[in-house]
Amino acid sequence: MSILNKNIKELADGLASKEFSSAELTQFYLDRIEKYDDEVKAYNYVNENAINQAKAIDEKRSKGEDLPQFAGIPVALKDLLITKDMPTTCSSKFLEGFKPPYVGTAVSLLEESGFINLGKLSMDEFAMGSSNENAAFKQTRNPWDTEKVPGGSSGGSAAAVAAGLAPFTLGSDTGGSIRQPASLCGVVGMKPTYGRVSRFGLVAFASSLDQIGPLAKSAYDSAALLSVIGKHDAKDSTSANVEQKDYTKDLTGYVKGIKIGVPKEYFADGLSPDVKTAVDNAVKKYADLGCKLIDISLPHTDYALATYYILATAEASSNLGRYDGIRYGRRAEADNLRDLYFNSRTEGFGDEVKRRIMLGTYVLSAGYYDAYYIKAQKVRTLIKQDFVEAYKKVDAIICPTSPTTAFKAGAKTEDPIQMYLSDVYTLSLNLFGGCGLSVPCGFDSDGMPIGVQLMGNYFDEGLILNLAHAFEQATDFSRIPEKLKI
Amino acid sequence: MPVLSESEDNNVSETISINDVKHIATLARLKFDDTAAEKIKDDLNSILGYVDKLNELNTDDVEPTSHTLDICTVTRADEVKPSLSNEDALSNAPSSGNAHFKVPKVIE
Amino acid sequence: MATNTKIFCNCSNQFGSDPNTNVCPVCLGMPGVLPVMNEKIIEFTVKAGLALNCEIRERSIFARKNYFYPDLPKAYQITQFELPICENGYVDIELEDGTEKRIGVTRIHIEEDAGKLVHESDGSGVDLNRAGTPLMEIVSEPDIRSAEEAKAYVQKLRSIMKYVEVSDCNMEEGSMRCDVNLSLRPFGQDEFGTRAEIKNVNSFKSVERAAKYEEKRQAKLLDEGGTVVQETRLFNADTGVTASMRGKEDAHDYRYFPDPDLVPLVIEESFINNIRENMPELPDARMKRFISEYALPKYDANVLTAEKSYAEFFETALKTHNNPKGISNLIMSELMRHANEKQCGIDEAGISPENLAEIVKLLDAGTISGNISKKLFEEVISSGKKPSEIVEEKGMAQNSDAGELEAIVQQIIDTNPDETERFRAGDKKLQGFFMGQIMRASKGKANPGVVSQLLNKLIK
Repeated sequence: MSILNKNIKELADGLASKEFSSAELTQFYLDRIEKYDDEVKAYNYVNENAINQAKAIDEKRSKGEDLPQFAGIPVALKDLLITKDMPTTCSSKFLEGFKPPYVGTAVSLLEESGFINLGKLSMDEFAMGSSNENAAFKQTRNPWDTEKVPGGSSGGSAAAVAAGLAPFTLGSDTGGSIRQPASLCGVVGMKPTYGRVSRFGLVAFASSLDQIGPLAKSAYDSAALLSVIGKHDAKDSTSANVEQKDYTKDLTGYVKGIKIGVPKEYFADGLSPDVKTAVDNAVKKYADLGCKLIDISLPHTDYALATYYILATAEASSNLGRYDGIRYGRRAEADNLRDLYFNSRTEGFGDEVKRRIMLGTYVLSAGYYDAYYIKAQKVRTLIKQDFVEAYKKVDAIICPTSPTTAFKAGAKTEDPIQMYLSDVYTLSLNLFGGCGLSVPCGFDSDGMPIGVQLMGNYFDEGLILNLAHAFEQATDFSRIPEKLKI
Repeated sequence: MPVLSESEDNNVSETISINDVKHIATLARLKFDDTAAEKIKDDLNSILGYVDKLNELNTDDVEPTSHTLDICTVTRADEVKPSLSNEDALSNAPSSGNAHFKVPKVIE
Repeated sequence: MATNTKIFCNCSNQFGSDPNTNVCPVCLGMPGVLPVMNEKIIEFTVKAGLALNCEIRERSIFARKNYFYPDLPKAYQITQFELPICENGYVDIELEDGTEKRIGVTRIHIEEDAGKLVHESDGSGVDLNRAGTPLMEIVSEPDIRSAEEAKAYVQKLRSIMKYVEVSDCNMEEGSMRCDVNLSLRPFGQDEFGTRAEIKNVNSFKSVERAAKYEEKRQAKLLDEGGTVVQETRLFNADTGVTASMRGKEDAHDYRYFPDPDLVPLVIEESFINNIRENMPELPDARMKRFISEYALPKYDANVLTAEKSYAEFFETALKTHNNPKGISNLIMSELMRHANEKQCGIDEAGISPENLAEIVKLLDAGTISGNISKKLFEEVISSGKKPSEIVEEKGMAQNSDAGELEAIVQQIIDTNPDETERFRAGDKKLQGFFMGQIMRASKGKANPGVVSQLLNKLIK
């Protein structure tokens, strides 16, 4: 069996039994990056020390030292997760070369579990985008068709897994930024419940919506990664004080009797026929597996996009104020303070980031705050209530992840709302705060992957991971594109 | 003056003017040249036109949601932990000197 | 606030460290960092709120105030806008002429401080040690009607905050600062006029001077038919003048909104009760007690309770010798003069409450004279020895032996026949002359009472 197909447990077992060394495993991925990343463009930065770190673990292993559970297994990180001794750029010219003097909580939990960081993955600048076209350095392409986008903003994280340039990765999801690219690239991507994973060391886009999560080839790998990073953190006031648990233990594959809601609003206009067919088939598959499918309604779904764009941009406009060119980051030529601010920010940020800062600034400004920001916060309450009501009737909700499959690069760059609509099925969940994932459920007529989304109540990660796992056992949609199989 | 087409003429309620764009840009410390300002004005108007649909909903008796989870009163002990060294603190600064971050002269 | 650490991170809250050494990713506003509230701050703010008779809100929230300035790392200040911790309190002040007045306290909210800019020839430097240090902002109602009241209010606030030990209120180090908002209105008008906010008011004296200057400026402006502009003005302590900051800063639109990184603060009734039960006695209560318990004049009680350290010194001294008025006198005269000269607290002036009490005890016992007591006070301060030891060593005890003193008195009578004759004839003003002579002859040790009796006995 090729290393490419191994799940996290098989990798750990292979290392423990010395079937292969960590150096070999790491080199395997470094070679693939070398070979394919010119085309996929997933990596902003490849960790030069990865191989030495792998060798150090191999040496400890050969001495019989006690090693953490996942010692020597490679992983790669979206380039907005703060790492020490290497750049964290958020794919922004503003942060080019920025080497933080600290490490984030999720990354440090991975390190403690023995993972080796292969490098930092491209993304839409500051996580703003749905196609990875807003990346300043590497515009990642879809491994299934490099004319097409991988989705975003965690486009690099999804493409790296899909192309076998990392066994699994971490991304972040503010309105669908893990699930949508996972769907477009044919991998599993999960947004945990808000508060499940610490945001300390996650560069903020919209603080009340952001959440770190795994992207992987399977629900099993996702569960294993979430078990490592899903831990209460005193450094994040919004971190939930919930027990850390081993989610792989929830993956029984037994799903009989689980009640799954099918929200009618998610199967209406704007959904591409191929996606609809694939998702309908997934719904049928769950019925075959013994789940109870129940028609439900999330009546305020139509207002989620508007709500999201007000709240997310408002928070972002404030979160991005710190990029002033004084303590770190890009600094423009300026002989006075005014120019320092205006020029550094104008030169450092890309168009979409500026557009969102402008929108967010406007909705918070004097005279508009109540009409836009408070209004959106109130509608957020209504959207949240929709989910609360739904979860009184069902255990999980099933719907498409994205209205379309991957589109051609450049196809939507001129029309922001068309681009924003890519997230129309994912962002409600962030407003509610529950957990959700996308799991591959088919291919369109062009052979591009399609994902189905499972949304769960607060802290029901185990349940939806098990649903995804059962689906994977019963289907065969997770694969690596033929041309990338070496 | 370009002649307004019929559709533009119907769209009389332009929420944001060029002056608004300039004002918001100043608040946000961003610069736009004339073309970019026009583009951003159009984009913002189109997005604000879209988000206007929230007004279809009566939210008079609805409480706003800032945090989705009901967590409150998170505190830490008042114990000093090591700070960064001055060198580490300044390590990413584009300009520094005399242990300070440097900026162009601030007139007060 | 006098906490160990900053408000949202574990960096030291110590004043005077080397630039940019009390900083971490959180207070530097690095990407990806998050704030976590220092628990001590909640305790301190509730304490301050109770001391200022405020209602303590069960649920309060934090907001971001957005603006750009090099000393503000995140480009927003975390503060409280809606729903502050404390509201609707008051402070009673007393003016120099004895009039009392109640000043309303609108709210107390907590927020983080900004860093500091230092100006150099080639630009400005940013020091972020102060960024994120905890502040409590106390906003008063528009109840203050004069510069004197403003000063008295600020002094009273300082006294109370020091009593509850939430801040050292050191104005030189910036741990107490104030902005003076001032407006004028014609007699008979209900609405307040347009106000100006005066910043950079860094001493009690400046509060009074700035208010007086601004009052005159606005009065002149209005008398000349002009209008007051709502603006921020800077006070210059060297010139005593306030000047507009207009044009030097952009129009502000702070875009306040609830900080999504911080969760609401819920303060339990039991927490408040616990603090209430452990509240130290506050200046007003203590002042009243000093009058009723120690029979002190109001003036003494006021002075002794203005600072917690005075009151504590006084009550400690009483344990050694229970003469409240005697001890009060010595504190208010000699001790305060000394502390003032040395620019230090009375507990740092070099005399312990026990030793001060012992001096009063020696005086009360007639062992030393009033004159000698002042000398003894100096000796205690310079040597640090116990008063009784010094009296012994230096032979400072006064002479009350009528036999010994009679010889001295007789000798003075003999050498001053003219004065003796006039005194005998009824010129009682000469009593002072004789006392002086006798004191000099006895090196200050003669007991004045005994001498007086002897004089009247020997000159008949």
